[in-house]
Amino acid sequence: MTGILLFIWFVVTFVASFYARELNSVVILGFPLGFYMGAQGSLVVYVLIIWYYARYMNKLDQEYGVHEGEDD
Amino acid sequence: MAQTQSQFAAQLKKYYTFYTGGFVAFVIAVGILEFAGVPNKILGYIFLAATILLYAGIGFMSKTADVSEYYVAGRRVPALFNGMATGADWMSAASFIGMAGTLYHAGYDGLAFIMGWTGGYCLVALFLAPYLRKFGQFTIPDFLGARYGGNIPRLIGVLAAILCSFTYVIAQIYGVGLITSRFTGLEFTLGVFVGLAGILVCSFLGGMKAVTWTQVAQYIILIVAYMIPVVWLSVKHTGNPIPQIAYGQQLQKVGEREKVLNDKASPDGAKEESVRQIFRDRAAAADANLKALETGGAAYLAAEKEKLVAKVTELRTTGGDAKAIEAAEKAVKDYPATPADAKKAWTAAKAANTAKAAPIKSHAEPFPAKDDKARDVAKRNFLALILCLMVGTAALPHILMRFYTTPSVREARVSVFWSLFFIFLLYFTAPALAVLVKYEVYSNLVGTSFAQLPAWVANWATVDKTLMAITDINKDGLVQLAEITIGGDLVVLATPEIAGLPYVISGLVAAGGLAAALSTADGLLLTIANALSHDVYYKIIDPNAPTTRRLVVSKSLLLVVAVLAAYVTSLKPGDILFLVGAAFSLAASAFFPALVCGVFWKRANKLGAILGMSLGLIICAYYMYLTYPFFGVNAPKWWDINPIAAGIFGIPAGFIGIIIGTLITPAPSKEVQELVDHVRYPSLEGDINTAGA
Repeated sequence: MTGILLFIWFVVTFVASFYARELNSVVILGFPLGFYMGAQGSLVVYVLIIWYYARYMNKLDQEYGVHEGEDD
Repeated sequence: MAQTQSQFAAQLKKYYTFYTGGFVAFVIAVGILEFAGVPNKILGYIFLAATILLYAGIGFMSKTADVSEYYVAGRRVPALFNGMATGADWMSAASFIGMAGTLYHAGYDGLAFIMGWTGGYCLVALFLAPYLRKFGQFTIPDFLGARYGGNIPRLIGVLAAILCSFTYVIAQIYGVGLITSRFTGLEFTLGVFVGLAGILVCSFLGGMKAVTWTQVAQYIILIVAYMIPVVWLSVKHTGNPIPQIAYGQQLQKVGEREKVLNDKASPDGAKEESVRQIFRDRAAAADANLKALETGGAAYLAAEKEKLVAKVTELRTTGGDAKAIEAAEKAVKDYPATPADAKKAWTAAKAANTAKAAPIKSHAEPFPAKDDKARDVAKRNFLALILCLMVGTAALPHILMRFYTTPSVREARVSVFWSLFFIFLLYFTAPALAVLVKYEVYSNLVGTSFAQLPAWVANWATVDKTLMAITDINKDGLVQLAEITIGGDLVVLATPEIAGLPYVISGLVAAGGLAAALSTADGLLLTIANALSHDVYYKIIDPNAPTTRRLVVSKSLLLVVAVLAAYVTSLKPGDILFLVGAAFSLAASAFFPALVCGVFWKRANKLGAILGMSLGLIICAYYMYLTYPFFGVNAPKWWDINPIAAGIFGIPAGFIGIIIGTLITPAPSKEVQELVDHVRYPSLEGDINTAGA
């Protein structure tokens, strides 16, 4: 699980930046894609990665009955 | 604990809702004062005084003498609020004031900061925060000390924490000084100390507890202050109140405008070209001077000065007009006195004029450069910088410390999510702000006549000529882009005025910038003081020290460190961005390998940690020393990597150090291996208890 998320993180950060010049030829809603990935796209992905990870791990804790503290 | 955690959280929500409402009412009240004709300077004072008093008030209310409350806010900060506090702790003067300005100037290349400063949280969430929380200590050196055993890893940890936090805190206090001096007219050095007083009241009385609640308050101010002008600009330009979506079309328009201005055949482009030609001539003149100086030396310098003096006399005798005489006299007065001075001045002039003569960089184009080779270098630096900033994010002690304050491991994970979410709100907006301001400048400022310059230009020009200046270089009476100088640090602070908003919003933005700088400075100072008092004094020097004495030591150290930091800042060591970047590279090299191996590699041991941390730190610091111009060594760069990304060499050095050191010595004891298991996996039966500390 951690591995997959890390892989996504790597792709949106380093692969997207490495090919930013090439990606820029695609334009969506006025944004060149390479620029957009750097400015906003990758940020959205980061937030999603962490959100998913927290949810996944917490579920796992619950499933095995080892979560601690109160939940609200 | 008198109340349950959920009651506590509900109560907090109520408090902060009231607080936000109160703050909005306050801003409206100041707005009414402005309409009533109160001068802007007084409004600036009101804003700064009110917010600092507010922070001091929160600090006073949360004063504490309890060790656990002082160091980790009693470990009961709910995830949502911890997220806000971390956000404020995280977003420094560089994020709030500097980042949009960097984007404004650097276009795509500035995005390294946006990505680096957010993507690092993925590493925090996946590798560190939950595990460190599970471990449940007070500081990061604490973790190193317990995990690797012995005092040496702990001491190196303290040293590294102090080194990077101190570098970082200087940049913050610098930002505080900048804002207070600009909006109240106080002297820079005085501004630094006034701001410092605000920082101290808070952390001094209540440690982490007070700092946490203040940071939540500061986050609310800073995010509101950042959003209002951008949304306003967005509505004004596109009719769309969501700048993050609306700026796409503006970006296109900026791109078209760039092409026109760079095209010598178009009328606008031709005017730009005429200005650039003048800059090119000036650069050439400076270059000629430099060459003549090299061959002629001091004699040449004296002869040139003689000519200028002769010109003044000639003008006087022939009865030239007063302005010309004044200009000629100024030229004599400013003429460099020694060959060394002359060389410095002319080299700078050549560089500045060459830069001014260059065509506009396209905002959206990644790594613009002359040829493929230069582009490759730019790309390499871009990627290296992202990596250093990300790993640095995951290794800065003042951020990791924040995850000790949550009530449980689960909350620590959720808290990382909220942290990134709150940080994301600002970082998501910064690129939009840069583009919108750029559009405003390109379309409304370029081409207007000098007689009709908007008021904000003059206002800022009187504050600091290096930050804002427009001079009619080619004397055609119209503003050309190449004639405008806008400092990066000014872009955010001036946005309300550029957008034509009332002054009260400018005051709000200044208060937001102050909040950003103060909250980060608070967190950093606390980290330094805690590392010294808890790790050095309590754990190493006197383990039997009573609680009260530990707190007294911590508080006095806080005071000493703060004053020292303010003193260093008042010397103006320069460049905020480099200082911040350096702090990240140092933290990344020193801490990240040891922390990650500490959690994920059972075999990692004491010698490995010692070797890894010191090697990472030394390589990183050494590379900066070699290549950063400030130190004067100016050695050739390795693979053309800039000194700000020195961590790119430090991080692998750190890992290699750990691996070698570990493999040549025996595995750590069974207790330590059990400790790693405890940190890695959910609480099992018969588990060791580390949470109580």
